[in-house]
Amino acid sequence: MDERLSIAGEDLLTIEGLTKAYPGVVANDHVSLSIRPGEVHALLGENGAGKSTLVKMIYGLVKPDAGTMTFKGAPFAPAEPRAARATGVAMVFQHFSLFEALDVAENIALGMENPPKMRDLSARIREVSETYGLPLDPDQLVGDLSAGERQRVEIIRCLLQNPKLLIMDEPTSVLTPQEVAILFQTLEKLRGEGCSILYISHKLEEIRALCDYATVLRLGKKVATCNPRQETARAMAEMMVGGELHVPQKTPRQPQDVALEITALDVAARAAFGTSLKGINLSVQKGEILGIGGVAGNGQDELCSVISGEILSPDAKVKLAGAPIGQLGPNARRALGVLAAPEERLGHAAAPDMSLTENALLSGAVREGLQSHGMIDWGKTREFAKQIIQKFDVRTPSPNTAARALSGGNLQKFVIGREIIQNPTVFVVNQPTWGVDASAAAAIRQALLDLAAAGAAIVVISQDLDELMEISDRFAALNEGRLSAPVEAAGLTVDQIGLMLGGAHDLEPAKVAQL
Amino acid sequence: MITLEKRPQPSKLWTAITPVLAVIATMIAGGLMFALLGKDPFIAIRTIFWDPLFNEQFAAFSRPQLLVKAAPLILIATGLAMGFRAGVWNIGAEGQYIMGAISGAAVGLAFHPTESVFIFPLMVAAGALGGFLWAMIPGILKVRFHTNEILVSLLLVYVAEFILASMALGALRNPEGNGFPGSRNFKEYPSAFNAELLPNTGLHWGVVAAIVAVIFAYILFSKHMMGFHIRLAGQAPKAARFGGVEPARLILFCLGTSGALAGLAGLFEVSGPAGQISIDFNVGYGFTAIIVAFLGRLNPIGILLAGLLMALTYIGGELASFMLGVPSAAIQAFQGMLLFFLLAVDVLTNYRIRFGKREVV
Repeated sequence: MDERLSIAGEDLLTIEGLTKAYPGVVANDHVSLSIRPGEVHALLGENGAGKSTLVKMIYGLVKPDAGTMTFKGAPFAPAEPRAARATGVAMVFQHFSLFEALDVAENIALGMENPPKMRDLSARIREVSETYGLPLDPDQLVGDLSAGERQRVEIIRCLLQNPKLLIMDEPTSVLTPQEVAILFQTLEKLRGEGCSILYISHKLEEIRALCDYATVLRLGKKVATCNPRQETARAMAEMMVGGELHVPQKTPRQPQDVALEITALDVAARAAFGTSLKGINLSVQKGEILGIGGVAGNGQDELCSVISGEILSPDAKVKLAGAPIGQLGPNARRALGVLAAPEERLGHAAAPDMSLTENALLSGAVREGLQSHGMIDWGKTREFAKQIIQKFDVRTPSPNTAARALSGGNLQKFVIGREIIQNPTVFVVNQPTWGVDASAAAAIRQALLDLAAAGAAIVVISQDLDELMEISDRFAALNEGRLSAPVEAAGLTVDQIGLMLGGAHDLEPAKVAQL
Repeated sequence: MITLEKRPQPSKLWTAITPVLAVIATMIAGGLMFALLGKDPFIAIRTIFWDPLFNEQFAAFSRPQLLVKAAPLILIATGLAMGFRAGVWNIGAEGQYIMGAISGAAVGLAFHPTESVFIFPLMVAAGALGGFLWAMIPGILKVRFHTNEILVSLLLVYVAEFILASMALGALRNPEGNGFPGSRNFKEYPSAFNAELLPNTGLHWGVVAAIVAVIFAYILFSKHMMGFHIRLAGQAPKAARFGGVEPARLILFCLGTSGALAGLAGLFEVSGPAGQISIDFNVGYGFTAIIVAFLGRLNPIGILLAGLLMALTYIGGELASFMLGVPSAAIQAFQGMLLFFLLAVDVLTNYRIRFGKREVV
């Protein structure tokens, strides 16, 4: 199926039979691919398919067990990232490694082997940021930057090394549509200069728009290659999954009574670099899914906590079916049917070192009657955990396994299943499918739709706009702690959503210098 | 190269055997130290660990001492473990121990010379209350003003020591003591005396209280929501909040309970083995109990065993300095080694050692 023959000497990077095994799992099994100069090459695959391991080997973070790499015709085996960078490979990670208390130029200098004088560096940063249309002020504190701006810091850090190959791991997951547009213009310009880009993303539409070529990995093996421009997103998803993809079905609904209502609520930020909520108005009907879009860090955690009861409010500002609940804590709200699934799986939704049974008790104690007069019924709790594991297809050796030993996707299924199985009347979920692979994400979305069809009011907070469009009845955007007025989701275009997300003030259109 | 690799989940086996490993490592390093001091390391180790229990000459005196010394350590450490598991660091148990002793003794002395069966229970209640209230100072300051409980509780130890001195010299001084510092001796006041329950065993009410505390703590941690919330708050504070734990309530519960148990230990000590309030009444049980709590892995049963072991090193240490002339500072260093090795081998619970080439940077 590889219609594109690799021509020796012309490829920038050729990978031949790369293999890497970890105890109990072969992360990469004889993977071969080649990247041409000026090509945007997509790496596709579900979680655990081996994408990260592969790029880590290219970047010198992981040493392959077998296989060879050739970079510009010469053998390439970087022992460490520094060697890879010296050869011309740069990488932008999904999670930024930046210090919030330092400014942009200082952060960039920290990542350089021989940083120039700060004044020269600032000038270089300005120059590069203008050339590539990445607006950034070298003197600004990173703590004050949006996620998109932070990513620009990372990209500029890479560009200062004049890379031949730029690896980007899930670069758009934290960006608004406008920021994505800016990023794509930058990448187009880099491509025009002959820089190759290895692009990892779950967002298939993006890949169709941007990439010239795609390699699909499944369970560590290369299973397909394709030209994304000629495939549908669904076809590519099925290559990744290796089977037919179940797409959640949405049924039409009738207007019903309001279940949850928040009026004119202000919440002050709890920590430095936290977000305060300003004048939040929100109402969700029974059987309705309200989608809240926006980039994480704009008050998503705070909004979720306001509904869950982790942040208390003036009593009358949060109402459940007309009754004030603002002063009730999480367990009192659970008793009334208000349940939540926070974004951070390890450490917030679940205690990392505790077993799944103990984590089932964490939020299930009240509604499932797992305790009486303070005494825990461990037998019943274990049964409850087993029920979650079975019903939501959580892959784990036993309910006694520690939460941190589960993969991200499996733990996500557990923490969402744990709440859904308790039959909430109001359910707020923050980033329901973050880091979850396509088939599990589809299952979670279907479970949310089923829950709504059964009459629950659901608030879904997500950065994934495609997801929100797929399941929401109404859509609102959360930006810098302000929630826009919700609108009907049906028929909403990406441009309209972009405007609602409203981060427009720091989104000057990319000023790509014409050369 | 040797590398540490994080285990997917904490090893149950290593959790159980690391204390044993630490004791063995302490014996080896301690033996080296004794050898450097010119003492025969084998005799020194035997004198510390074996002779107090099984040497015909010393055991008759030492064995009851084991319970007498272990009881306050276990009682205090059990309380501290609750806080430590929740991430509430009460370092000032020594102060709560002193204040419990003073309060309990004051109640007892106030009734002198009346004889009644109600006096001792009243003293016990007063002892617990004294320790509880002293621990509430760092508790309330932390909850209201976010002060650091480590500093506040620790500094209050020195305040308590001054109060102790002033009591021994002033309000609680024995009026018939010819002006010597120190209170009346409870041995001469039957209603207030914490006597041995069985002769020559060292078993007094404090030992009973320690066992009861261990049982209650065990049930709390394994079966009760409060214990679950304590563990949750210590491991994942955000998850605890999500689980409905109110941090302020938890902080006050943990400090209050550990304070009350330390106060009880003080009361049982002053009314029994010590016999009176004196300027140098406290001997550091409140600090040693911190070692005991960690040596016992913050687990009530572990604390029971650790308390006995620690008491043994005290008695054996005294014996060694008496018999072999080992300086008492060396004995303290020996006890310090125990905590050091315990914390050092603890890493094996969460990590495994791998020999071979380093691969992942």
